[in-house]
Amino acid sequence: MADITNEQLIQRLQEKFGEQVFDIQEPYGLVTVTTTRENIIPMLQALYDDEVLQMQFLTTMCGMHFPDNKGQELGVVYHVHSLQNNIRLRIKIFFPEDDAVVPTATNLYLTANWMEREAWDFYGIRFEGHPNLIRILNVEEMEVFPMRKEFPLEDQTREDKINTFFGR
Amino acid sequence: MELAKQNTQIVTPDSYMQELTTLNLGPTHPATHGIFQNILKMDGEKIVSGVPTIGYIHRAFEKIAERRNFYQITPLTDRMNYCSSPINNMGWWMTVEKLLGVTVPKRAEYIRVIVMELARIADHLICNSILGVDTGAFSGFLYVFQEREKIYEIYEEICGARLTTNMGRVGGMERDLSPVAIQKIRDFLRDFPKVMTEFETMFNRNRIFVDRVEGVGPITAEKALNYGFTGPNLRAAGVDYDVRVMNPYSSYQDFDFEVPVGTKGDTYDRFMVRNEEIWQSLRIIQQAMDNLPEGPFHADAPEFYLPPKQEVYRNMEALIYHFKIVMGEIDAPAGEVYHSVEGGNGELGFYLVSDGGRTPYRLHFRRPCFIYYQAYPEMVVGTQLSDAIVILSSMNVIAGELDA
Repeated sequence: MADITNEQLIQRLQEKFGEQVFDIQEPYGLVTVTTTRENIIPMLQALYDDEVLQMQFLTTMCGMHFPDNKGQELGVVYHVHSLQNNIRLRIKIFFPEDDAVVPTATNLYLTANWMEREAWDFYGIRFEGHPNLIRILNVEEMEVFPMRKEFPLEDQTREDKINTFFGR
Repeated sequence: MELAKQNTQIVTPDSYMQELTTLNLGPTHPATHGIFQNILKMDGEKIVSGVPTIGYIHRAFEKIAERRNFYQITPLTDRMNYCSSPINNMGWWMTVEKLLGVTVPKRAEYIRVIVMELARIADHLICNSILGVDTGAFSGFLYVFQEREKIYEIYEEICGARLTTNMGRVGGMERDLSPVAIQKIRDFLRDFPKVMTEFETMFNRNRIFVDRVEGVGPITAEKALNYGFTGPNLRAAGVDYDVRVMNPYSSYQDFDFEVPVGTKGDTYDRFMVRNEEIWQSLRIIQQAMDNLPEGPFHADAPEFYLPPKQEVYRNMEALIYHFKIVMGEIDAPAGEVYHSVEGGNGELGFYLVSDGGRTPYRLHFRRPCFIYYQAYPEMVVGTQLSDAIVILSSMNVIAGELDA
């Protein structure tokens, strides 16, 4: 039941995954690593099975969109948590917009089912192997992925609300 | 007993009754306590499969938040779990404070603990008393709702609102606890245990109630963890995970309280865990009231905390800050924060990515309901329709949080 410090976690990650994890940071005390989408499921599995870390709880996962990062526009962020050691880890993957396919985590975590459906619904990230990848919160007839940055929130054709007046 | 056995028998394949009935439970069914639909396949009264459809009150909070200033996002969090909106508000402020690096004074943290625990009591009271209604006991519901009304009066005294509270500010509270608010909290602490004892006397060992809920909708600890359960539902399954203990926030480490756990994870355990948590919340409020520190009720964060109105009229800096805050012209530092609080029904997380602008670049809410409601089809398969209603209300699924 010993708590693991961030340094021990980073060391463990490096010796376990080596070059597969990169861009290791600690923003606000939460270890954040980036990996590739080929590695993500083996990595989650290895973290799940690791006898020291025991990261067996998927806290949350969500999609992200950075349209300016060419070739790496879309991303998925996983937050895993080790309840035994009380330490969290954030894993990110990035991939191009026109090839938004990620292997599914539903075989490992049942809870990933709806989270992946949500990411598909809002960002159009296709999870390969997902049992039932359909929209979850939006209507099924919707043709766009509304959380992507190319869909601004307010109607841009309105002339009665000029943005410079509203400090946005 | 013989009759019950007959009722659960599946009709034989050659029977003319082999066709299953499709039943739409919801979206606006009075027993679902919210707008969500379940398409159930029924064999008589027995449920063969269930498909939940959600999103009927989806309001795109995550998208709206990308165009709003930080202080304009609290009203959105109110409308997620509207049974315990102060917890959502405080969770959001703590996320922002973490991003900005603001240190909150002790008094503000204690006030926050008091309102969060009051909100937890209100949330659990709603869940448990509605569970009583669903099993046919209406009077318990009316009885504890009087006390819930008193909690709402305390909110009113603290922030002016009742249901969607929009309470607190960056760095603390918008005003100090008034003498009336303190008196109302003390009255509540004095009167509520009596009511709660009667409520427990009415249900805990009531034969009719126990028969309806014991062994209904059980879930194992492994399964619950795999499904991402948190909060009372996970603790009912026997896992003592509580964010207040694991990652204390807002001075929760100062208080002495216990984390109740169940064993089987069935409806009765969920009910009992919630009841016990109400007692523990009372303990926390009592300790916080007794040891309420003196001092300021908000942090010294002039760029994010509105200056007093008198200052705005007389003081140049105050006027500038007032203008900048109201017009939302202050940039937040770039960075990414995950902060979670123990909400009314589980770990309520905020994942905030800031690119250094005035609004969040990306804000993701970890809504506990959304995550554990996935287990519902599995929990209801093989049970009777009336059990499905009981399981649903014991899981405390709030439609506003489910759909965000």
